[in-house]
Amino acid sequence: MSDFSTWDILRNLLLAARWTVVLSLVSFIGGGLLGTLLLFMRIGKVSAARAFARYYVELFQGTPLLMQLFLAFFGLGLFGVDVPAWLAAGLALVCWSAAFLMEIWRGCVDAVAKGQWEASASLGMGYLQQMRHIILPQAIRIAVPPTVGFSVQVVKGTALTSIIGFVELSKAGTIVTNATFQPFTVYGFVALIYFALCWPLSKSAQVLERKLNVAHRNH
Amino acid sequence: MAYHFDFSWIPDYSGVILKGLAITVELTVVGGLVGLTLGTFCAWGRALGPNWLKPIVGAYVELIRNTPFMIQLFFIFFGLPSIGVHMNELLAANIAMVINLGAYSAEIIRAGIQATPRGQFEAGASLAMSPIQTFRHVILFPSLQRIWPALSSQVIIVMLGSAVVSQIAAEDLTFASNFIQSRTFRAFEAYLLTTVVYLALAVLLRAAMRGIGVIIFPRRRRA
Repeated sequence: MSDFSTWDILRNLLLAARWTVVLSLVSFIGGGLLGTLLLFMRIGKVSAARAFARYYVELFQGTPLLMQLFLAFFGLGLFGVDVPAWLAAGLALVCWSAAFLMEIWRGCVDAVAKGQWEASASLGMGYLQQMRHIILPQAIRIAVPPTVGFSVQVVKGTALTSIIGFVELSKAGTIVTNATFQPFTVYGFVALIYFALCWPLSKSAQVLERKLNVAHRNH
Repeated sequence: MAYHFDFSWIPDYSGVILKGLAITVELTVVGGLVGLTLGTFCAWGRALGPNWLKPIVGAYVELIRNTPFMIQLFFIFFGLPSIGVHMNELLAANIAMVINLGAYSAEIIRAGIQATPRGQFEAGASLAMSPIQTFRHVILFPSLQRIWPALSSQVIIVMLGSAVVSQIAAEDLTFASNFIQSRTFRAFEAYLLTTVVYLALAVLLRAAMRGIGVIIFPRRRRA
């Protein structure tokens, strides 16, 4: 058995943390795109699309992310393709983030005062014009802090992908523990690295909320 | 897709599934009750407590909220024994759930407390109530009522998060589906069934939390 210095442990964990960052970015951006699509279905005028978006959220918010990962992993396998862990992980996380982001953003659209819709309608604006010029600019402003806040959930969500065999920070933690027999140190470091990734995001969400709330305070 | 779904194993493994379900429910109930109690104390400590307590609670809340539940669980179950703290997997799972929900609910409840109008504190003081009495009899319940929907969502999130405890071999619902798929090789069906059970649990839990809300907030005037 070879000896591992504390630096060896930390270095290997930091190398693996790159994959946590990559997967988080992919999930967040992919989830954002899919979430936007779902948002327009949810607040649109087609009732079938509205129902679909509603059940989509219900389904993905009502089941564990771990189950979604398992189903993506084994479900894609049913098509006879050999599913790499990163694909199942990315797919499940994108679908999961999309549900939460859509729900957050829908709340933001709802938070725009009803009078804004009526005022813009009375100016003869169509639905798309209302959205483009009146509603979205205000909704996006409200949406920034909770969206940044949700990115923390995405980073933490990526930890679960280690269970289906994607090697990122958590999986590296398990592997390094098995090699070094120092779970206290290793998982301590893993937790600290996650904290270093998430805490700046949490803090900036708080700061943004305080800053952007100014326009909204006198409601 | 030339795949034939096969659920014929369900009767043979219904006992395993029910046992898993019982553990998941136990984790949720204990985690919920103890976690919300811890969260209430921490919220008090961070919003109204003595100055030495605030940074301690703050550090606890930030640390838990910014690390994954799974790592907290691994740290408790695999890490702590190396400094001499041993426990079985079920206890570790329970402790992790309590600590996790405690931190999240502390932040939610604190928001409720801080939304209390100042006049409420002053009114309590003018009736010669001590700060603790004011908190207990005047502040707490309207604060909880204000944030009850957010708190309910958090309890559901923690219930769904409990799927991870299968990774330290706590025999919850997910553990049951892992067990079944290893025996029957029906991985997709096993996880599909479990997912449906989780979905049903989430729906029931939401209804239960709403019911609890109706019972413990009997038509209080909204602040």
